[in-house]
Amino acid sequence: MLTRRDTMALGLGVATVTMIPGIASASAVDDAISAFTGGAAVSDGGVTINAPEIAENGNTVPIEVEAEGAQSILMLAAGNPVPGVATFNFGEGAGTSRAATRIRLGGTQDVIAIAKMADGSYARGAVEVKVTIGGCGG
Amino acid sequence: MISRREFLQASIAASALYGISGFGNWSKLAAQQALTQDDLLRFDTFGNVSLIHITDIHAQMKPIWFREPEWNIGVGGVAGKPPHVVGKDFIEMFDLTPGSADAYALTYVDFEALGRTYGRMGGMDRVATVVNAIRADRPDAILLDGGDTWHGSMTSYLTEGQDVINVMNKLGVDAMTSHWEWTFGQDRVRDVVADLPFPFLGQNIFDNEWNEPSEEFEPYTWFERGGVKIAVIGQAFPYMPIANPGWKFPDFSFGIRESRMQEMVNEVRGQGADLVVVLSHNGFDVDRQMASRVEGIDVVLTGHTHDALPEPVIVGETLLIASGSHGKFVTRLDLDVRDGRMMGFRHKLIPIFADVITPDAEMASLIEQERAPFKDQLEEVIGHTDELLYRRGNFNGTWDDLICEAMIEERDAEIAMSPGVRWGASLLPGDPITREDIHNVTTMTYGECYRTEMTGEFLKVVLEDVADNIFNPDPYFQQGGDMVRIGGLGYHVDVSAPVNERISNMTLLSTSEPIDPARNYVVAGWASVNPETEGPKIWDVVENHIRKIGRVSLEPNTSVQVSGL
Repeated sequence: MLTRRDTMALGLGVATVTMIPGIASASAVDDAISAFTGGAAVSDGGVTINAPEIAENGNTVPIEVEAEGAQSILMLAAGNPVPGVATFNFGEGAGTSRAATRIRLGGTQDVIAIAKMADGSYARGAVEVKVTIGGCGG
Repeated sequence: MISRREFLQASIAASALYGISGFGNWSKLAAQQALTQDDLLRFDTFGNVSLIHITDIHAQMKPIWFREPEWNIGVGGVAGKPPHVVGKDFIEMFDLTPGSADAYALTYVDFEALGRTYGRMGGMDRVATVVNAIRADRPDAILLDGGDTWHGSMTSYLTEGQDVINVMNKLGVDAMTSHWEWTFGQDRVRDVVADLPFPFLGQNIFDNEWNEPSEEFEPYTWFERGGVKIAVIGQAFPYMPIANPGWKFPDFSFGIRESRMQEMVNEVRGQGADLVVVLSHNGFDVDRQMASRVEGIDVVLTGHTHDALPEPVIVGETLLIASGSHGKFVTRLDLDVRDGRMMGFRHKLIPIFADVITPDAEMASLIEQERAPFKDQLEEVIGHTDELLYRRGNFNGTWDDLICEAMIEERDAEIAMSPGVRWGASLLPGDPITREDIHNVTTMTYGECYRTEMTGEFLKVVLEDVADNIFNPDPYFQQGGDMVRIGGLGYHVDVSAPVNERISNMTLLSTSEPIDPARNYVVAGWASVNPETEGPKIWDVVENHIRKIGRVSLEPNTSVQVSGL
């Protein structure tokens, strides 16, 4: 569990957070991944994404991503008109390669994270987050 | 030939657990007019720990009729598995006798006729008698309340749940979790919990600002019984701010939080728990999936989806207990816990037959005292019904048909929408309809009956969205209610189709014309989760309608066609 104190400590470890400019093409997700990896192969696993199964509020969905040993992590919201969310870069002072933020999701979609490892390899994780107009509880 | 129940016992033995489940074969006795309280309570005390589970009372303090569902569709991996078994299939699966008291309590079959034979069920004064009898057997039995307790009646609405809270405190609850309690607003919850003589648990209640566990509510609590250390972990309803108005409890976030559940189990095991119990309001399918993925839980006391099962469902070595709703049942679960693990169990789902179980005098008196200030309002007869009125089931019940009819008439609408909640008592043909009866199926803190326009396209979005909350094959994406009830509009639903492809053939019933995606339709509805919804209270709309018609009679509702089963 990421506590308030951890989050503050994490802030010190993150060297830079770069917002990705909008990419509007149909293959925007693939393009963003290619730009991040330089076209290198990406393996599944090794990236943990903590997200609600169903968003309580699609306008501000808490997402936490962690990949042990990652130098940087690209986060994408695959179903948004502009899928790019952020790239988290972890400097040498980072205790863990973990970041938490809140993002806006325009509808039910996959949130994807690509991690660049210290050895230059890439790993991928994805979770589906459902955005609903609300139902009726029992 | 090996019976199903014998098979259950054998399979448990194979996994080093042993146990029996005794719903009791007293139906023959009932036929002989000899069903007694002793029969209902008979239980050979077992092991060294007793749990008593009650859940989803929905503020029903008095005995009621409650018809179990005719439709309870399971999709994906749970199709055909309990609790997605109803009627005759249920009777066969659990080896019940058709027409018996147990078949009446657990299924919808011949509900009216059997209701007249066996009578109403529930009533917290009868529940008190049962709880006291279990405690006479096992004085340190632990009473756990699965939530949806404070809300669901006219008296609870008028007292913000205080009548129920007083009754539950007298009953001697040891811990609870929550759902509709929150619809009274976070300030009310905080005020009540501050004075509650037991913990209000939820490992998944989070501080919304910081997205970390709330410091206001405990994730778990401890009991020590006969040298056994017992941890009870709470799991509140995960989808509170989605299914109910989040603006009433803006400081809090919920969610399933499976990984934190595993952390909590590991934490209590690390602190020496011999027995780990999860007191849950997840809903049965969510609990079944969680039990298969989180290691180290011995017992899940399920709630939310109102299922009553006469035997535990066993996932790995975890027992899932389903204790019904509306005070209709109490579960007693005796456990043999030794050497740091659960070795065996004895289980009984005790049906609360109101005419068989003697009311506890002190509790009966407290309930009457709580009702006294409102008695005239509660018991005023508004009309009568010639129909069996019920709600529970995946699609429209007759109560919903009546409510939708009232909205169309009173609000001059083309289409009416009524929420697919699972609470609400039934009425038998010939019964008077009191104001309290109307509240039992409509009461809420956001009961404004709105009137608005929606395009045909948006109506489909609504139906698709709600259908996916029920029929998504992954239980973690289900919210646990039933399909939104519709008046004035027919449709076809393929429950096995993917999201946004389940609904077709939408038809405006008044003209038999297909719904035009581009046209605006006048829609009345209630229970909007949006703030600042305007309109008269839904119970007043229904009361006005019933007053005008005097006696309720309804055409059979064939407006929903279902496929993909």
